[in-house]
Amino acid sequence: MAQMTMIQAITDALRTELRNDEKVLMFGEDIGVNGGVFRATEGLQKEFGEDRVFDTPLAESGIGGLAIGLALTGYRPVPEIQFFGFVFEVMDSIAGQMARMRYRSGGRYNAPITVRSPFGGGVHTPELHSDALEGLMAQSPGLKVVVPSTPYDAKGLLISSIRDNDPVIFLEHLKLYRAFRQEVPEEEYTIEIGKADVKREGTDLSIITYGAMVHESLKAAEELEKEGHSVEVVDLRTIQPLDIEAIIASVEKTGRAIVVQEAQKQAGVGAQVVAEINDRAILSLEAPVLRVAAPDTIYPFSQAEGVWLPNFKDIIETAKKVLNF
Amino acid sequence: MASKTKKAQFDVKKQFEAVAEQFQTLQVLNEEGEIVNEAAMPDLSDEQLQELMRRMVYTRILDQRSISLNRQGRLGFYAPTAGQEASQLASQFALEKEDFILLGYRDVPQLIWHGLPLSQAFLFSRGHFKGNQIPEGVNVISPQIIIGAQIIQAAGVALGMKKNGAKSVAITYTGDGGASQGDFYEGLNFAGAFKAPAIFVVQNNRFAISTPVEKQSAAQTIAQKAVAAGIPGIQVDGMDPLAVYAAVKDARERAINGEGPTLIETLTYRYGPHTMAGDDPTRYRTSDLDNEWEQKDPLVRFRKFLEKKGLWSEELENATIDQAKDDIKEAIKIADETPKQKVTDLMEIMYEDMPYHLKEQYEIYKEKESK
Ligand SMILES: Cc1ncc(C[n+]2csc(CCOP(=O)(O)OP(=O)(O)O)c2C)c(N)n1
Ligand SMILES: [Mg+2]
Repeated sequence: MAQMTMIQAITDALRTELRNDEKVLMFGEDIGVNGGVFRATEGLQKEFGEDRVFDTPLAESGIGGLAIGLALTGYRPVPEIQFFGFVFEVMDSIAGQMARMRYRSGGRYNAPITVRSPFGGGVHTPELHSDALEGLMAQSPGLKVVVPSTPYDAKGLLISSIRDNDPVIFLEHLKLYRAFRQEVPEEEYTIEIGKADVKREGTDLSIITYGAMVHESLKAAEELEKEGHSVEVVDLRTIQPLDIEAIIASVEKTGRAIVVQEAQKQAGVGAQVVAEINDRAILSLEAPVLRVAAPDTIYPFSQAEGVWLPNFKDIIETAKKVLNF
Repeated sequence: MASKTKKAQFDVKKQFEAVAEQFQTLQVLNEEGEIVNEAAMPDLSDEQLQELMRRMVYTRILDQRSISLNRQGRLGFYAPTAGQEASQLASQFALEKEDFILLGYRDVPQLIWHGLPLSQAFLFSRGHFKGNQIPEGVNVISPQIIIGAQIIQAAGVALGMKKNGAKSVAITYTGDGGASQGDFYEGLNFAGAFKAPAIFVVQNNRFAISTPVEKQSAAQTIAQKAVAAGIPGIQVDGMDPLAVYAAVKDARERAINGEGPTLIETLTYRYGPHTMAGDDPTRYRTSDLDNEWEQKDPLVRFRKFLEKKGLWSEELENATIDQAKDDIKEAIKIADETPKQKVTDLMEIMYEDMPYHLKEQYEIYKEKESK
């Protein structure tokens, strides 16, 4: 095993699938010679050639449409959108086209496409480079949406995503890219899409979360432990489809839950999780399920992001409301 | 049975040659500071020539200082401009105050010379919304981050001006990469279809981050993309301030005379990295290419030209440099003194009237931010 950052684990997964399947193609803006602006594709063009790993002209809708066309001719495209804030430029290709490919062709065609893209706040970017827009994706039937929080998960989930025969939106939190290292097997392995992971076990409260908020939640759980509360942290890993069994099992065990997301509160993934819990486990609940989320503004100009982004203190505050209900 | 290939109905080679012939690079001032095209020489007074030089020198200093302020952590997001002064400043110099500018992250200098206070440019860099609050009477919108989005908006601004009967133009800037976006083609086409008074400037600095312009398109020039939209297109030496000025001036006149939009491609180069956020040009550019372009430097050739005319001197150069440094110091001071941006400030500018959830959140963040 090797110690890897998330970005290294991602490169490793990409290399693995380029080796395994000659139909796998990677393309996007600056992913070739430059290895991507975050170096996710570092060295891949050199190793696999420009036929398999290539730069495109600067046009996200072009990248999305190209992926669909290549999928129709038997390829397994893994396009990169340089920052997920640019997804609006490729929204039709993603939500309007690839999500519907199987459906509108009566099952004749499918779109085995993995759209990779960095997102997430906390690193002082210009506008539209940090926004957590996964909710837009989760709200589009036909897509799967994966958001890993650790290097280990990133590798296993990315390999599964590339092998998946339906379109997967694979979102890489840019603050996690180099945040820490973890043991990651050098050989290939997969993690099933749609399976959550309990990152910390507990009996008094479930924190259900994903992405960078997993780490804020773990920090909150540690603090709460000091005060005698046993907190479980469930990392969704896939936000569409949700791992309903894991969510309900945790809530039935603890009887109390909060949902934590980095995105704004309005109409978000958190709301969906709360609704599912209410639908399926209301009788197990000792308290209402509350949410921790960012406020309902546009992602802030970077000077204010420290306050705007939810953090472990916000999580503790809301956790206490539910614990003391 | 395979059918016999018929002779081509049209001569592809001839077509390409005709296009190539139409899109030659306009140059007025060569690298030695000599006028090589008298006919295209713009009608500029001595004072105007000096002022244009002053702006280029000033902006070069601003670029150098911005880079070092960024390295010291005193500025945030910054996209270097050195090398592109002629393209950026001579084009803006051909405008009138009532003309409206829409551009991207690298083109902050045009905003400044169109009236945006320097302190606001610094606040923009620092990620403070006050940097985007354009003063009344300054006809610009803060730099676009989404490549290409401003181009189609420019067609809209231009159409609005036409409807208002205004004798002004909308000018928009993008790069060689930006010219690959759908919005670019839509912008040219819409402005052409509505005969809107717009000027589309593409600063072709040969790279979009790491991607060379040759990979953006099979077309030999960006200027020729005007043909498909049915509008005039011209390629100019973007290191030559006089050629850039002449092309924009000409386009502006056509636009206000009701003759519609123009596409202008300026051939230029950015000497520095793409932005200060970790780009390493040595990964994708050779120093030979850097050197080749630095030989074409706009300041060097314009200085030579003006010195020969007795219009520029070391004193003027130094006075300009001192002025720039003083202004930068003062602007940084204003930026430093600007109250820290709050989440509640941002809530206030979300809508005309705050919806219920935002009102509730406003109270929470007011409390948080008062601590
Ligand atoms: C829609 C969109 N896609 C991608 C980016 C990321 N990006 C920022 S600058 C850039 C390259 C732009 O190149 P060019 O248009 O040539 O302008 P230059 O930076 O050379 O001035 C890219 C890909 C972005 N900001 N917006
Ligand atoms: Mg460029």
